[in-house]
Formats: sequence, C-alpha cells, structure tokens
Amino acid sequence: MSGEVQKESSRSQAFVVSESRRKMQKVARTAGETVLLLIASFVAIVVLFIFYFVAVDAVPYFQLRGFTEFFTSTSWYPAGEPGEFGALAIIYGTGMVTLGSALLAVPMGIAAAVCLSDILPFSVRQYAKPVIEMLAAIPSVAFGFFALVILAPLLQTSGGPMLMWVWWILAAPFLLLSVIVGSDLLTTKIEDPLRRKRYATMLQALFGLLALLVLYVVGSRLNAMEILTGTNALNVSIILSFMALPTIVSVAEDSLQSVGRELREGSYALGATRAETLVKTVIPAASSGILAAVILGIMRSLGETMVVWMASGNSSHIPEPWYNYLEAVRTLTATIAGDMGEADQVTGSARYHVLFAMGLLLLVISFISNLVSERIVVRQRKILSGQ
Amino acid sequence: MMKRVLMLLIAALLLGGADVSAAGTGIVIDGSTTVGPIAKSFAAYYMKKTGVAVTVSESGSGNGAKSLINGACDIAAMSRDMKPQEIAAARKMGVNPVQHVAALDAIAIIVNPANPVRGLTRAQIAGIYTGRYTNWQQVGGPNARIVVIQRESNSGTQESFKTLVTGKASQITRLAETQASNGAVKNRVSTTRTSIGFIGMGFVDSSVRPIPVDGVVPTVESVRSGTYPLWRKLYFYTNGVPVGQLKEFLSLSATPDGMRIISELGYISR
Repeated sequence: MSGEVQKESSRSQAFVVSESRRKMQKVARTAGETVLLLIASFVAIVVLFIFYFVAVDAVPYFQLRGFTEFFTSTSWYPAGEPGEFGALAIIYGTGMVTLGSALLAVPMGIAAAVCLSDILPFSVRQYAKPVIEMLAAIPSVAFGFFALVILAPLLQTSGGPMLMWVWWILAAPFLLLSVIVGSDLLTTKIEDPLRRKRYATMLQALFGLLALLVLYVVGSRLNAMEILTGTNALNVSIILSFMALPTIVSVAEDSLQSVGRELREGSYALGATRAETLVKTVIPAASSGILAAVILGIMRSLGETMVVWMASGNSSHIPEPWYNYLEAVRTLTATIAGDMGEADQVTGSARYHVLFAMGLLLLVISFISNLVSERIVVRQRKILSGQ
Repeated sequence: MMKRVLMLLIAALLLGGADVSAAGTGIVIDGSTTVGPIAKSFAAYYMKKTGVAVTVSESGSGNGAKSLINGACDIAAMSRDMKPQEIAAARKMGVNPVQHVAALDAIAIIVNPANPVRGLTRAQIAGIYTGRYTNWQQVGGPNARIVVIQRESNSGTQESFKTLVTGKASQITRLAETQASNGAVKNRVSTTRTSIGFIGMGFVDSSVRPIPVDGVVPTVESVRSGTYPLWRKLYFYTNGVPVGQLKEFLSLSATPDGMRIISELGYISR
C-alpha cells in the first residue's frame, strides 16, 4: 500500500517539470533531432557527392574524345600511343556477365525463397535461411580465388561432361513433362476412351524416343565440347549468381512472408490446392518484393569487381559468336580496377578520365534500375491495395 | 600497393620516429612500379638496420624523373634510361642525374609443361601476341588455339614485354586475356594446356615451362652474359654522386643481403 503511494508520488513528480528543466529538455530534443537530421542528410549528401565527383572527372573525357568512340568502338588500348578508348566490348561484357548471372540466380533464388517460406517446415527454415545468407558474408576475393584456382581448371579439364550433366538434369524433367502433356493434348479430340488411351501411349512412346534422341545428341555434343579457357563469361556468371543468391533469396523470402495468412487461408477456403495458392495468390501478392529482390541481386552482380577482375579473363573483345559464354570477356568494373594504377592525373588525361566515364556509366545504370524498381514496387503496392 | 606504402610509412613512424630527427631527413624514393618491390624491400631492410625513415611511392618511371627534377625525392626509381629531354630539364633546374643500376629484370616466356613446342623466336612470340598466329600449328606445335595471357596495362612487366618483344607501338591482340599479377599468370598457364604467358624470371617454377627464346633458355647466367634477349636494366637515379646514407642505401644492391633480396623478388642482381 505504502509502496503504491510512493510510486504514485514519484510518478507525479516526474510530470511536474520546473521551467529550467523544461528548457533543458527542449534543448536536448532539438540537439538530438539536429544530430539525427545531420546523419540522415549526410548519407544522402555522400551519394550526391559521389555522383558529382565521378561526373566531374568523367566529363573531361567526353570533352576530349566525344561520345562516338566510347560507345561504338571495340578497340581498348588505353596505354597505346595514341590511346584508343573504345568501350563497346567492355560494356557488352558487363551486360553478358550480368545477364548470365541473372539467368542462373533469379530462377534459383525465387525457387529457394518460395521453398523456404511456404514449403519447408519452420524448423528447417530457421537453419536454412542463415546458411544461405552466409554466402553474402564470404568476401568476394575468396569467390574470385575459387573461380580462378578451382573452377577455371575444372571447366577446362571436365567442362564438357559437366555441361552434359547440367543439360540432362535440366532438360530431362522438362522433356518428360512435355512428352506426357503433349501426347495427352494431341489425343483429346478422340472420343473413344480406349482408342484415345492407345493413341496416347503410342504417341508417348514416339515422343519419348524423340526426346531421348534430342537429350542424347545434345548431351554428347556438349560432352565432346572442349573449353579452351576456364576464365570465361560462364565461370564468372556462375560465381556471380552465387553471390547474388543470398540477396535474392533473403529479400524475396521476406516479401513472401509478409503476404499475410489471410490471403493464403482465403485461397485455401476457395478450394485452391497448395500449388495453386502459391502460384496464383502468394507469388503475385509478393511480386513487387520479388522484383525488388531480383533487381538488387542483378545490381550485386553488375557492381562486383574482384571476381570478374580475377576470373573473367579480361580480354576486351565481343565473343564470337556473340552468345559464346565460353570466351573470356572484360567488364567495366574490372577495367576500372585494372587500369587505375598507372592512369593518374599526371600521365594521360583521357586515359584517366575514361575510367571515370565508365564509373559514371555504371552509376547511371544502377540509378536507372533502382528508379525503375522503385516505380514498379510502388505501382504494385497500389494495385494490391485496390487503388 | 597503396596499403604496402602506407604500412611502410606507419612502420617508418613507429620504428624511426625518434631517429628521423636525429638522422636529419629520411630518404624519399619515387618512380617505377617495376623497381618498386626492390625499393620497398631495401627500404624495409635499411630502416630496420639503421632506423632511417625511407618512404617509397610508385607513380611510374616518368613521374619518378619529374620528382627528382623538382627535388621532391632523393632517389628516382626507373625501369628505363632517363630521356635526353628529362636530363636537359634536370640540368636547367640545377639537378645532375646520376644513374645506378639496381638490378636486372628478365622476362620468361612460359607455356604449360604439356606443351610440346620446344622453342620460339622473338618474331614468333611477337606474332602470337599481336594476333598474327592464333594456332600452335603455325609455330610448330599441335593443332590447338593459342590462349594468350598478358598483364594489365599498368604492369611494368607488360611494358618491358612490349618494349622487348612486340615493340611499343604495336597492339596486343584483343583476344589476349589479362591477369593482374605474375602469380596469376603462372597459375593460368600451369592449368591451361594451350596457353602462353610471360612473367618475371624469378617467378618461374616447375608448374610451368620457360620456353627458350631464339634458342636460349632464360637462366641467371644467360641473362648476365646477355645471350638471353628479353631483359633490361632497372635504375636508381640520384641528384649528383650520392654521399652518406644515400650512398649506403644505394650500395645495398651489391651487398649479399641486397642480392638475396633482389633474387627473392624475382630479379637478377648485377
């Protein structure tokens, strides 16, 4: 009883604030808010400053040499006399590597995220997710070392068989499914169930044989393929996809999780199966988050430097044919890293500024894609909230 | 690079903090990235021995010369002779550049041990690197495409290679892969059957095979005698004949410890 009274009195005392104390509180509040504002604006200012300083050093390049050579020539000889600064092959290499890693990482990442959020039991997810996120904690130079010292020789010695196995594993289920579905679809017109079944079986056998033939022919082609150099676009794409995975999985899984129970239960209540719920309800509802995850992942591989510098082979030419992932390529990031050392302000002005032009190009690309993804996320949210 | 320089600076501060003032000023070295490793190792060795602070920065041979002319450094490390214009500019500023040979730098052309090619001429190597030959068949080997491996554009080894083999003006084939260090080139060549690369002679080991150039195998002897064609001198330049600690520092390259450092770094002592 007496304790309660004590509490009461102390609480009431806390509310009675003397004039001087109130002033102090006001000052402290203003100071705190100012500090927070400063920190927040500092981060924004840093971004602006980076943009500004990169642009300031990039503009002289375009003043000196114009736009044509940079964007249309594939001759990259910055140390030559006179230097040649055609970055087309390098831009192409960046695109190729980024696209390759996205092609590998996006399906894998989304599948893993769906699996983690909706299929695996909670106890497994608790352990699986941190393990996947561990991938993000591995330093990129370790990835690069792995790519250069282990993956590259492996691709050279047994790249053909490896490609064959990948082809079998990916193509076999797909072909099997299309054989079954295709033969069923082709026989739906036949009325008599017995005859339909017979025809379907025959077609299945025929298509099955065809599919096996395709599997075998392409597989043996791949098997016989000799990868001349292991430091190529494929190698880097594989490694970069692993580096982008944790970002994609983590962000996509979070957005899948944030789709509430209500939607899922509503879907079940309407009689949807688990697969239908996933494909038709949960994934569309989380699509803005998944898209953000994909773009973040792609940005990760676009901006990665160490791995591509170590393992892409760094030869500035457009592969022949243009889709040949087994040739060495060179990327913007690796070029900046590799050519920075000698290209100081004193020696060659164009040679120095061209690297900033590349940096500016990278900045602009990531700025645009961030903007686009932001737009899509906002629009998606509006659609979902029924506006 | 920067980090190492920074570490040296910190080491200089820690080790020689008190001694700097006692010894007057320290030694400042600027210049070639190729000579850089020697300069830095000498600096570390000399600082440990005498406590004199030695700072090394690597800004390229040309900038080394400029620094010496402007009096911004005591020693200019250069991987080439000083040009007549530079000497003239130095004279105008009252600087008398004196040349000291720091070490010899030889480049070994390496191939995979499984490669049956027994030797190449300098013209053949130039042809491979400029893209004239793309198949080993064209230079007396098996029918296989050549995987050409070069160094990045700011490498001193790359510059020496271009000077000695292809000529400074010619362009290296666009198909050439670029690796960032002697070690990385060696690694790629040792794991890629059809590749060719070049590294500092000291980096050669049994994982790769140095190919005889114009019939001469690169060895310390063949380089010293001048029969192996791909080598050049590396220099330290000073203002006037060095005295005192500068003289002591520059004479390191003739001492047993200095020679050991040079050969450990993959260069050849004079």
